[in-house]
Formats: sequence, C-alpha cells, structure tokens
Amino acid sequence: MTPPPSAMREHPPASPLPKTPHSPGRLLEPLLRELGEPGRRGFVLPALDVPERAVEELLPPAWIRKDPAPLPEVSERDLVKHFMRLAHLNFSVETNFYPLGSCTMKYNPRVNEEIAALPGFAQIHPHTPEQGAQGTLRLLFELDQMLQQILGMDAVTLQPAAGAHGELTALLMAKAFHESRGHPRHKVVVPDSAHGTNPASASLSGFEVVEVRSNARGRISLSALASAVDEDTAVFMMTNPNTLGLFEPEVLEIASWVHEKGALMYLDGANMNALLGRVRPGDMGFDMVHVNVHKTFSIPHGSGGPGGGPVGVKASLKPFLPAPQVEVRDGLYRLAPAGSLSIGRVRSFYGNVGALVRAYAYIRALGAPGLRRVSEGAILNANYLKALLKDVFPIPVEEACMHEFIATAKALKQTQGIKAMDIAKRLLDYGFYAPTICFPLIVEEALMIEPSETESRQTLEQFADALRKIAQEARENPERVRTAPHRMPVSRLDEVQAAREPNLRW
Amino acid sequence: MDFVPLTDADRQVMLKRIGVASFEELLRAVPSAIPAARMDLPPALSEPELARLAADLASLNATAESHGCFLGAGAYRHFIPSVVRYLTSRGEFLTAYTPYQPEASQGTLQAMYEYQSVLCDLTGMDVANASLYDGATALAEACVLAIKETDRPNLVLAGTVHPEYRQTVRTYLKQTAGKIQELSAVEGTVSVEQAGEWIDSKTAAVVVQVPNRFGCLEPVDDLAELAHKNGALFIVVVNPISLGILPAPGSYGADIVIGEGQPLGTDLQYGGPYLGLFACRQALLRKIPGRIVGMTRDAHGRRGFVLTLQTREQHIRRAKATSNICTNEAMMALAATVYLGALGREGFRDLAVQNLQKARYAFDRLTQLHGVRPLFPPPFFNEFALHMPCDPELLNRRLLEDGFLGGFPLKRWDPDLSSGWLVCVTEVPTRAEIDRFVEAVKRAIR
Repeated sequence: MTPPPSAMREHPPASPLPKTPHSPGRLLEPLLRELGEPGRRGFVLPALDVPERAVEELLPPAWIRKDPAPLPEVSERDLVKHFMRLAHLNFSVETNFYPLGSCTMKYNPRVNEEIAALPGFAQIHPHTPEQGAQGTLRLLFELDQMLQQILGMDAVTLQPAAGAHGELTALLMAKAFHESRGHPRHKVVVPDSAHGTNPASASLSGFEVVEVRSNARGRISLSALASAVDEDTAVFMMTNPNTLGLFEPEVLEIASWVHEKGALMYLDGANMNALLGRVRPGDMGFDMVHVNVHKTFSIPHGSGGPGGGPVGVKASLKPFLPAPQVEVRDGLYRLAPAGSLSIGRVRSFYGNVGALVRAYAYIRALGAPGLRRVSEGAILNANYLKALLKDVFPIPVEEACMHEFIATAKALKQTQGIKAMDIAKRLLDYGFYAPTICFPLIVEEALMIEPSETESRQTLEQFADALRKIAQEARENPERVRTAPHRMPVSRLDEVQAAREPNLRW
Repeated sequence: MDFVPLTDADRQVMLKRIGVASFEELLRAVPSAIPAARMDLPPALSEPELARLAADLASLNATAESHGCFLGAGAYRHFIPSVVRYLTSRGEFLTAYTPYQPEASQGTLQAMYEYQSVLCDLTGMDVANASLYDGATALAEACVLAIKETDRPNLVLAGTVHPEYRQTVRTYLKQTAGKIQELSAVEGTVSVEQAGEWIDSKTAAVVVQVPNRFGCLEPVDDLAELAHKNGALFIVVVNPISLGILPAPGSYGADIVIGEGQPLGTDLQYGGPYLGLFACRQALLRKIPGRIVGMTRDAHGRRGFVLTLQTREQHIRRAKATSNICTNEAMMALAATVYLGALGREGFRDLAVQNLQKARYAFDRLTQLHGVRPLFPPPFFNEFALHMPCDPELLNRRLLEDGFLGGFPLKRWDPDLSSGWLVCVTEVPTRAEIDRFVEAVKRAIR
C-alpha cells in the first residue's frame, strides 16, 4: 500500500541559520535561545501600581541576584512560531495511528479538555476552605466510588501521580500491613515479563526483588511461583492480561496459593483497558490494583505526562491508605486526616486532580455499557490486527489475545539482519508511530502492538498493509529498511554519542 | 458516548477474519469461575449533558478567579499568558507520549532540552531532568539520590521546609533511610547552631527551603558550609518565581535544587498535576532520577535530540534503577518553558520584583491594622506570616463570603501557631484589590 500523501508528511526545510557551538549540523528548528535578541519580550506585565521601593530596602544585599537568569528574549510571534514548528515535528494520537503497546494510546476526548479548563476546576486553590471546594471534592468522592465499582475494590486513593507512583504507594501499604500484623516481610515477587516499574518500585520501597521466570507465553506457572513465594513474601505483583496481551488463566489458583502464604496479590493495572466491565481485579483474587487514568480513562499522555495512578484496595488494607481521603459528613464533602496506620503522604496536596477531572468526565460519558464496549473494541481490534499480520510477522503465541499482542521480527533478523528497531523506523516513513519494541524482554525482536478501541477497521488495515510492504522491502531491499526512516526530519540519532558526551542544555 | 467507531458490519467482517463465530470466543482464556463484572455506575451522558453536569460542579467552587486570592503555602496564583494554554493544548504535544521514537518526537525532545536549559538558567545548576511529579516527590527523589551518592544513612531537614514535603520524604524513605532529623525553627528560620550539632559524618544531605514555609530566608551560606564540611549534599527547595530576584542556589553552594514548578505557567487545579523541578551539579548526573534529553546528531550529521543516559531508568535497569518514575509531567515542563520564554530575561526579573513590591505593600498595610503584627520579621519574597487577633479559620470563612481567599492558617501545620496566618501576594492583585482585601480583613477581625 502507498499511503495517501497526507500520511507521508513532508517537513519544512531546515532553517538556514548559522552554526552555533552546539549545532554540529543542519538545524531543523533553532533553539529558543538562538531566536532571541536582547530587549525582546513575549509578554509584558502591567506597570507596578503600588508605591515602589528600592529593592535594596526590601532585601539584604546578599539576597539580591546580581545577574538576571539568562532566559531567551523572544517576541510572542516568534515564540508561537517556534513551538508550532516543534509541534509539527511530533507524531501524536491526534495526528497518527500510535500503536504503542502497553501504553493504550486511545483518542483523548476534547470535551474533557474543555471541562478540565473550566475556571471552577482549573483555578481552584488546593488550600481553599472546604465549603468553597464542594464541586471538586464531590467529583473526587464520586470518582473514588466509581473506581471502586470498576475495580471491584473496597477503597481507593486518588493521590498517586502515575502508575509507578501507584505501585510505590501500594507496596508501602503492603509493608505497613504486614508490619501491623507483627510479621514484617521483605520480599516482592515479580515476573520477568513485568514492566520495569514493578521491580523498580519494589526496590524503592525497600523490598528485596525476586524475579520469577515466565513461560514462553509470558505466563506464570504455579510451579515456578511455588518456589518463589514463601512466608517472607509481602506481595506478588502480577500483570493481567500479561505483557504479551494474554489473560492468565490460572489467576485464581495463583491468588489462593499467594494468599495461603500470607502474601498479598497486586495487579499492575496498566492493561485494565482489556478488562473494563468484563472481569474486575477484586473478583479475581487481587488485594490491590493501580489503574493508569492516562491509559484506561483517556487522559492525554502529554508527551510523557501528566498521568494519574489511583490505587484500589480491599477492606483489610484501607487503614493504610495515604492521607488525606475525601469523605462526606453532615452533607459536606471534606478531606479526612490520616488515621494512625496510614502510610502518610506520597505527594503534596491530593492527587493529579486536573487529570482526575478528565477521568471522571470520561467514565460519566461512557457509563457501564460504554466501558464494556471499550474492552470489546480493544480486544476485537487487537485480534483483528493480529489476524491481518500473522502471515507477515510470526505471532509467538497462537491464541486469542486481549487488548494487545506481540509479533516477532526474529525470522527477518536471521535471514536479512533486519531488526524490530528497523521495522519500527520504517513504519514512521509510512506515517505510523511505532509499536513498543524489544519489550517484553522474554520475546526476541518483539513488536508489541496495542491498537486501542478508538481506531477504525480501515486504520488497522492500512497499518497492516504498511507492515506487509515493509516485510517485502526487507527481503527485496533490506538496506532501505536498515537505514530508515527516510522521510522524517532526522534519522538514526547517535545515542552512543549522546550518552558519552552528554549535551543536556544550552 | 463511547468514542468506539466499530459498527455491527465491522464486527462481522473482523470476527470472520479472526476466525471465530462470536466475540465471546476470544475470551476463552478467562476462567468462568471469575464472576462477570457488575458495576453500579451512573448512566452514560451525551456531550451536552456532560458539559452541563461539569459546569454545575465547577460552579460550586470558589476560585482564584472568582475570588481575590491571597493564598499560597505551596501553590501559587500567577497570570498565565494565553500562549501557554494555546501551545500546551496542541494535540501534537498533548496526545503524544514519552518520545521513544526520536525521529517522530523531535518537537517534544527539543522542548524538553529547552526546559532543562531554562531550569539550569534559573537555578545556576549544571544539569536538570525533564520533570518529576511535584515538589514534594522531587525532594524525596533528591534524598534518595543523596543517600545512594554518599552511602550514608541520615538526613537533616530544616523544619521550615513545607510540611507536606517532609511528610513525603518520610513516607518514601521510612524503609530505606536511617535517621531523619528536623531542625527546629527559631524566629522563622533554622538554627545554625543546632545544624552544627546534628550534621555529621553520617549525614547524607542537608535540606533547606528558600523562601521557607513562613516566607523567610534561611542562613544558606552557613548551612552549605556545614553540609560540605561534613561531606553531605546541600539540597535547596525553591519557589522558581523567586529566582527572578533571589540568587541562584548554585551561587551559594547547592548540590541539588528541587522545587514546585507550578508557578511557572500551570493552573492551580486543586493541587495537581504540578511540576517537580530537579536540577543538580554535573557530578551527580548519572544518578539523576527520570528522563533526560540530550542533543546529538543523526546519521546525516543533522542536529537532533534523544532520551539519553537511559541506563539509569526502570525500563532498562529494573530493580537497580535510580528511580521508579516512568510517566512524568512533560506538559507542565512545556508550559514552564513557554512561560519563561514569554517573560524572558527582563520580564522574569520584573515579575519577581512586582511580587516582592506588592507583598511588601500588603504587609505594610496589614500590619497597621489593630492587633495584627508580623509573626516573623522581613525580609520575605511574596509570602509572609502574621499574628492575627482572631482565629484564622474563622477569619477565612468571613473573607470567603466577602469574595476573598484569605491566607493559610498556620495551625493546620503547627497547633502552636494558632494565630498564624500566611499571606501570599503575587503580581496578580492590583493595588485597589489589595486595599479592598485589607479593608475586608479589618472588618473581619473587629
């Protein structure tokens, strides 16, 4: 397939600016600082209207900055042009299919942006007296209740700022839970197919990390688990569907084994999009779960953030939740202080409220039937795309997947020396963002593809056509693929040089 | 409204190609022993219904727009130029993710490089990362770094650091740090004498906030000297707006500068998402938490940007990573970059000076009221603590009815400071508004 010209964006020619000490070559877009001229401004404050006093009267000499911070000096027009030109260098969900596995790059409804920008939500100060914050507090209270329903949990904290922050929060709660029972535990068991944040969070919260091997399907066998989980295990962290996009059919047996050892079951809810409205973590043996509102509940990913990582827990863990929690008393929504067993604060204030407002709007727009259609669409789209691709790139596990699946470029690597990375780069030329590559670590030359439910059948077919064409190119003209991308503003950046001689600022 | 484009005709075509008769066949791996989800959720809403519901909820809030705002204590109301909101709402930035494919993410990568650069400009540090969650978690991460870098167990925190930051440090480090000591406040700042007694060869870091949680300026030179003499890192928590007029912490010996970046172009939003600022000396580079963007060149010699030094990070190093952070606050970092770009060198200084001048004007007027006196003496930047002749919570309730968000009642942090009221004045209120506020306070304390 040749994509329509609109999908193959031609980028503006590089600016003919002089080289700077930092610019070894042609410039795509100058740095903001390079655009500046002393004396230019992009914004001007009103004149000071209170009686002006000498700064020296207001601050001791040692506390007066000698030289202003050397910030760029640009006009508003140049500022907008600069960042618009940068914007045009990005692929995004709004402009491209973005099948980045494990990240659930679904469409981000614009109405949620408008809602979050309402002055009532955007301009409310976190220390506003509770009677002046009833709108936001009520929203947070209701979101908490809705997440309990969706996750099958008894309590929720909305505070964590992202999935990894949710993991940390939950693990600290687990530590406190075991300590409160007079039996501190020191180990967290994590599958080798888990997201890197799992072991990193366990280690940050002071646990010893024990990795268990998964089988070729990324699945955990009871026998492997039996040798890893013991009386010193605090938590087993599981991802279900796992990172190969497969449901763990033994989840109930695993949960009862883990519980028998007195350990807790934690679900990495990164893949919650597959489960929405079908099965709930709380109904399959999990004691704790985080959910990524930027994945499952459509918050835009913001070039890397912000997100939100609320954690749901069973009743036995409720006393350990971080403070504060929203409660309703005498008809007033309030922030309840920490109980004596709370792990304390995991951040300032109460959570990424602006992101939570969007999640609330999304769940209210969909309702229960809508959430079920989300998981249906996610699963159907993934399986359809898998069916379209299976004769192009081998699928290591030939069974129905959930919301995502793994293909492998292992054969092309062996015959043509073409790696998953090369295919990813060539996809960019066709106007598609690349799948997650080289993860999970247990599959060689993995392409981890998650289309999400908001893509149309036609988009999936175009993407499959592009991959088919790339596979053909790899056989007929491997150099073309190995040196891709050819139609992007830059190609194959030197990461070794970047790390060896770090240039991290102007 | 579910944003799912599948039609029944699509479903039929797709199921046939997959080779199954029904959607349920795809769920065979899900054991039937797991009960089907039952969820008691409110009914779905159309966009107009949703918009009305949201507007109704939003209207219940008293905001820094509907009310004159004299409240700070960790979150600050500043004017945000329209270009900041416009550029951060562009879908090309807003709906992209972590730039794993640099060729298709040069916009984000260059913007993050520019963010790291302006943060170094402000703080006088050598390097910065591409954002953490917020000020409190940035401090916790800085303490984690200090303990690893120095291989020492203990922390000495100024008790004048924002309480929520100190609590977050304790939550993060309860399991992994040794002693976490808090220097007491004397007249609004920490005692250098006490610091001298506590800082020793087991201290990993000394943490101080400037301006501190009472708005006061700490004896940073003495503290930096004590920290360094004992081989500890000196960590400084800043309000970034203050750096328009206060010296860069790099000039007085900071090893790590962290801060809450919200004042740089991010809305108040009831406390988040905000922006964790993190900058440090070059020597600590390979222990920094979070994403870092570096400049490099491509296969054709063209300048470009990549995520770099990734072997510090969780997706590579797993349990041995410097931090567990993955998703960060890139949009807030972009907002900060646009904000600082709009203000520029001179504008940023003017902004800080206006904060300083207006806060002092309000301080002078308020302290003339009967029964009102400074809790601590100047100097301060844009926030100051007062002793009030009535309960500050009661005062705030009265002011709220009068159209003002009053200062922060310090007793929420320290029961001892029952009369304490922390007032913040940024560049936003006009002189007339400050005057009206002072009159309202006068009426309320009578």
